Amino acid sequence: MSAAGPRVGVLALQGAFREHRARLEALGAAVAEVRLPGDLAGLSGLILPGGESTTMARLMGEFGLWAPVRDFHAAGGHLWGTCAGAILLAREVQGAPPQFGHQDSLALLDVTVQRNAFGRQIDSFTTDLKLEGLDAPLPAVFIRAPAFARVGEGVQVLATHEGQTVAVQQGRVLATAFHPELTGDLRLHELFLNRLRTLTPA
Amino acid sequence: MSDVQTGTPALKQGFAEMFKGGVIMDVVTADQARIAEAAGATAVMALERVPADIRKDGGVARMSDPKMIKEIIAAVSIPVMAKVRIGHIVEAQILQAIGVDFIDESEVLTPADDQYHILKTDFKVPFVCGAKNLGEALRRVGEGASMIRTKGEAGTGNVIEAVRHARTVLGEIRAIQARPAEELMTVARDLQAPYELVKYVHANGKLPVVNFAAGGVATPADAALMMALGLDGVFVGSGIFKSDNPERRAQAIVKAVTHFQNPEVLAEISEDLGAPMTGINIDDLIPAERLATRGW
Repeated sequence: MSAAGPRVGVLALQGAFREHRARLEALGAAVAEVRLPGDLAGLSGLILPGGESTTMARLMGEFGLWAPVRDFHAAGGHLWGTCAGAILLAREVQGAPPQFGHQDSLALLDVTVQRNAFGRQIDSFTTDLKLEGLDAPLPAVFIRAPAFARVGEGVQVLATHEGQTVAVQQGRVLATAFHPELTGDLRLHELFLNRLRTLTPA
Repeated sequence: MSDVQTGTPALKQGFAEMFKGGVIMDVVTADQARIAEAAGATAVMALERVPADIRKDGGVARMSDPKMIKEIIAAVSIPVMAKVRIGHIVEAQILQAIGVDFIDESEVLTPADDQYHILKTDFKVPFVCGAKNLGEALRRVGEGASMIRTKGEAGTGNVIEAVRHARTVLGEIRAIQARPAEELMTVARDLQAPYELVKYVHANGKLPVVNFAAGGVATPADAALMMALGLDGVFVGSGIFKSDNPERRAQAIVKAVTHFQNPEVLAEISEDLGAPMTGINIDDLIPAERLATRGW
């Protein structure tokens, strides 16, 4: 680990990884794109971006990333999934492709996530969201967004919208159903980086 | 809550951002849609005939039967796109009513209007449009397109036109960046593009929306080439289901778009895919057979 601060990875298989990268770099973080297991070396946090969760899950399998990301978490790494990324973190996935009936995931977050919980693209929406830990509402972009339909005992609910849970945290795992990387509001990225800074040994 | 908004430009463009680094595949049946989803497509494009068959069969190519599109929507969990003819406002209204996630106002279908494109800001569903050059791209964005793709020459399995269009758009963006601000109104006049969007390109060095490759992509190397040129992702039409082994080819093209900067991975995934679709040399097409020239 360099003296400059934590190095953060962004899973760069598909989706909005460049936006996360830009937000993190605006906050002064060193960022690495993760496409293969070897790319995880030296990172203290990993963001799983929005995109298409079935595509990312397929590529996680093809390039042998499931076990290395679980090991990364077990070794003290922090994870944050946004939208599709949140689906990858969940223990259970509802609304998987009809042809398979199930979708692989990391199972590092004790929740059941419901894919497309708010409907199709025509139902996608923006709103100002009250989020635990932030004093003013956060602009939140929900695009074919999931929701956390079941939340396990050790999981803290950080935000809800119209009765649905949309942001949760369990230990070193954060998950948001919306896209903070699509707005200019950097507070959640700052929160994530602060956690890496305080909890990473110098 | 009262502050909830739907159908905004931010939501439409943000949705397109989620396709980046991904492959959108043309499908004509629910079975093909399942194969595309299993291979890792980020979305499927539902249409009646793939471009290669439209080219072969001739006749008027129109919006697909809503029943077929609904079957495809029911068969997969990924977003479903569908095509309308250029300028066909009512076909677009029908697709929006069915719940299609994205509409492609496409030159691959026979145009319905030889003067005007659809005013896409009138719709809640986002649109993707083809473009051969920057002026065309910015006119479509001005009309409300949330995503742009190269036109390429669809159904030929020949990537040369897609490369030409990508290099043209990206080269014109670089040329605008090099111009002083006081010249931009004249640039807008010459490009026949909205001034505000020319100013955006000058300030940001990119289109205001996601920019994909389409038209003639047939191999993993073709897909990686389009990414290497600087595009955000790839549409594949006839290239998959007109090849010998659609499953393997579809999977390989998905991987190629993720690992376009890694020649070792590309070499591995390009191996033993069976024969690609038979290509057509663009020079052999008579002008009337060219699809890319459609759009104004």
